Amino acid sequence: MLRRNFMKTLSAAAITTAFGFTSVSALAAETIKVGVLHSLSGTMAISETALKETVLMAIDEINSKGGVLGKKLEPVVVDPASNWPLFAEKARQLLSKDKVAVTFGCWTSVSRKSVLPVYKELNGLLFYPVQYEGEELERNVFYTGAAPNQQAIPAVEYLMSKDGGEAKRFVLLGTDYVYPRTTNKILRAFLKSKGVADADIMEEYTPFGHSDYQTIIAKIKKFSSEGKKTAVVSTINGDSNVPFYKELGNAGLKATEVPVVAFSVGEEELRGVDTKPLVGHLASWNYFMSLKNVENDKFTKLYRAWAVKQKLPNADKAVTNDPMEATYVGVYMWKQAVEKAKSTDVDKVIAAMGGQTFKAPSGFTIKMDEKNHHLHKPVFIGEIKADGQFNVVWKTPGPVKAQPWSPYIPGNDKKKDEPEGK
Amino acid sequence: MRTTGLLLCGWLLSTACLAAIDPTLLKPLASEDSETKIAAIAALAQAAPDEALPVLKALADDSLALAGERVVIVDGARVLDAASHTEIKPTATETIGINNRVRRELSGALAALRLFSNERAMRWQAAQELTASADAKMLPLLDRALAVETDTGIRTRLQLAHAQASLGSTEAQVRLAAVRVLGESSDPNVRQMLLPLTEKRGDAWIEPDSAVRAAAGTSIRSIEQRLAWADNLGRAFTGLSLGSILLLAALGLAITYGVMGVINMAHGELLMVGAYSAWVMQSVFRAHLPGLLDWYLLAAIPVGFFSAALVGILMERIVIRHLYGRPLETLLATWGISLFLMQVARTLFGAQNVEVANPVWMAGGIEVLPNLMLPWNRIIIVGFSIAVLVVMWAILNLSRLGMFVRAVTQNRAMAGCVGVPTGRVDTLAFGLGAGIAGLGGVALSQIANVGPDMGQGYIVDSFMVVVLGGVGQLAGAVWAALGLGVFTKFLEGWTGAVVAKIVVLIFIIIFIQKRPQGLFALKGRFVES
Repeated sequence: MLRRNFMKTLSAAAITTAFGFTSVSALAAETIKVGVLHSLSGTMAISETALKETVLMAIDEINSKGGVLGKKLEPVVVDPASNWPLFAEKARQLLSKDKVAVTFGCWTSVSRKSVLPVYKELNGLLFYPVQYEGEELERNVFYTGAAPNQQAIPAVEYLMSKDGGEAKRFVLLGTDYVYPRTTNKILRAFLKSKGVADADIMEEYTPFGHSDYQTIIAKIKKFSSEGKKTAVVSTINGDSNVPFYKELGNAGLKATEVPVVAFSVGEEELRGVDTKPLVGHLASWNYFMSLKNVENDKFTKLYRAWAVKQKLPNADKAVTNDPMEATYVGVYMWKQAVEKAKSTDVDKVIAAMGGQTFKAPSGFTIKMDEKNHHLHKPVFIGEIKADGQFNVVWKTPGPVKAQPWSPYIPGNDKKKDEPEGK
Repeated sequence: MRTTGLLLCGWLLSTACLAAIDPTLLKPLASEDSETKIAAIAALAQAAPDEALPVLKALADDSLALAGERVVIVDGARVLDAASHTEIKPTATETIGINNRVRRELSGALAALRLFSNERAMRWQAAQELTASADAKMLPLLDRALAVETDTGIRTRLQLAHAQASLGSTEAQVRLAAVRVLGESSDPNVRQMLLPLTEKRGDAWIEPDSAVRAAAGTSIRSIEQRLAWADNLGRAFTGLSLGSILLLAALGLAITYGVMGVINMAHGELLMVGAYSAWVMQSVFRAHLPGLLDWYLLAAIPVGFFSAALVGILMERIVIRHLYGRPLETLLATWGISLFLMQVARTLFGAQNVEVANPVWMAGGIEVLPNLMLPWNRIIIVGFSIAVLVVMWAILNLSRLGMFVRAVTQNRAMAGCVGVPTGRVDTLAFGLGAGIAGLGGVALSQIANVGPDMGQGYIVDSFMVVVLGGVGQLAGAVWAALGLGVFTKFLEGWTGAVVAKIVVLIFIIIFIQKRPQGLFALKGRFVES
């Protein structure tokens, strides 16, 4: 009995695999499959949904111009629902069932960490479009977002400068997971190197999806009234930002007194908030929608048109932000690398990625580093305006090379600036 | 009509009266460099105080722009030359951006100009802003303002600012007077200013005069007393606010679970229905009644109540009715309903959160003391939860339906015997509980995110409140919600939000083990087993 069942399962499995193979190879003749791994529900949907739209928009644009290597791109969209183990399952499905040539996905570092083993084991290719804490360099991943020296460190330097308000005390506020914890570790070391005492740094964490920020705002108020100019560095992620900024506005904590600089809040997250009381609070990114240049004009128009065409909610007020730009750049750089390698084979594409350049919506020609899988990116610091956009108040003269291994973490000086070979 | 005409004339006259500003004074306002901008603001305010006000106001509101070489004020579709106040038609304008540093200087300059405004509210606000940044440079200005100011409230503020500004005086007598006046303040920044006066640098006192030192000590103590009082008040309020939110979330469950004994896992989704009705009403008002948009929330209250009640009644009629007395099956069935409702919301409204804006009258807060601001949305929610509680108490204790509900809960068979239609009472009671949950959802939409799975976050809290309070008791739910609110907020202040959450859950587990009947146990023979 048992044996017969077993045989049955086996033959069924054989049939499905056979079918699976034929269908894949039949399609592969016409299309290249591209995986999209972003949360479309749950706490991170506020940020990640727009990234899915950006990938689809870029694919649509590429397809309308003839595709890649003469083949059309075919997106495979999955929803890991802000559930970290589900990210790994969906990644495995994309790689082994759908056989995607490349995946664009993840926002939180915890989701990236959970899919990493899958990409390493199955030799997949992941483009990660969000600023993160560094401390990682994987052969199978290209990081198109910022490393700490391209976002966090310049932002804190700005806060300490004369124009930034000469902050002497810092509140490091974040959601409780790997990105805020590591970033704050780096920032603490950096602040110490600048002579800020431990007593002048307050670190606070909240769980994912936290919605009651009364106590924390009261604590910040108290901390800031104990003398010296105070600034808040926020690494709060996901939809918790909406109640946080609402509370901040209602509690009357003005940017001229205690500026809040955020690393995970952009135009998209601010859509759900009344920004009038938030004027002057800051964000540090490698792109803002309000930048004025030809590429950005094209990019924002393209996305607006896409939003209207796809009937996205509030399409008339659709905004672009930094991770969307990084996603867009990633898709195009992958296309260029595939065309250079004349193949979608992961190893060949990885070899062809180094040194690729792209005229990005940030207004600069940005380059994928020859070795370290990160982009050279410009850094901008913007202040929130009453209309939810950002006014750029500081920027680097040109693109900055990424340091995935922050020099402010001991032991990193011995790490190599390129991924370990296979 | 005539008044508008008059007003328009007056406005035209007033603008015509303004003398032209020297454009060379305006040009540096558009500089990229903050230093130049700040100097330009000071120079402009000095040279032409009356004419500067509209220009600086425009700069603060992001409506000052550069059109070619000219500095212009953008006023909706109109563009005015900032120097001459004549309307011009430039091809393109580029807004002049400012950063926080410029904004700080600008608000100081604006406050100084507004200090002589004819409107009391303007002067009040200006005096308040000046207290934050008063220094020796402002003394002449404050002296002038104090000489003409008649309003006592504003005078007090100005005197505080004056005292702050004269702390650096070289005469001990002036400093002493200043320190004494500052003892009346309740601003933490003032305490910070006074602290150095009581400290030593090396071997020498920073403040040479011993009388001033002693006065500073007294002033600091009285400020600190006031600050501590405000701190405690603030902590109590945050606890009360969280308690009221927990109560609103749990009140509906107190009826469906507490009184009727139905373990309703779909309770969180009933909250969600209420929250989405707030969003729907907001969209309806936005599309059809944009003038009344600020009042959409009032319309959302009945809509939220009845839509959630309707969902509840359907649930009861179709599913739960058949499962009375079988708690395990009820639990599974309502859990299924909860998943079903979430999916329905996802299909109807999308998986992403929707934006529910606070109406204008719920934004901001009242400043009780400089370090204590009570946000309006939270005050209103506390009031709303009290109102809901009162209405519910009245329904349960004063109405015929309430009497029937209590009768059925206490002894179903006997109630049926004396002619109470137990089936219909069950349905109505469940509908009432669901409707109250809908009201809770409307309130939650004002402070939390509205999305398909928002209910999941509240279901645990709601059960916690009801079980802790004692099943079958309204009073229990009230005390449990307030207690949990204050306890959580106290812990959060002490250990941080992550640990507080863990500690609260552990506390509940231990509490339920030691006292399974909750805070208040029902007594009497109707208590089952």
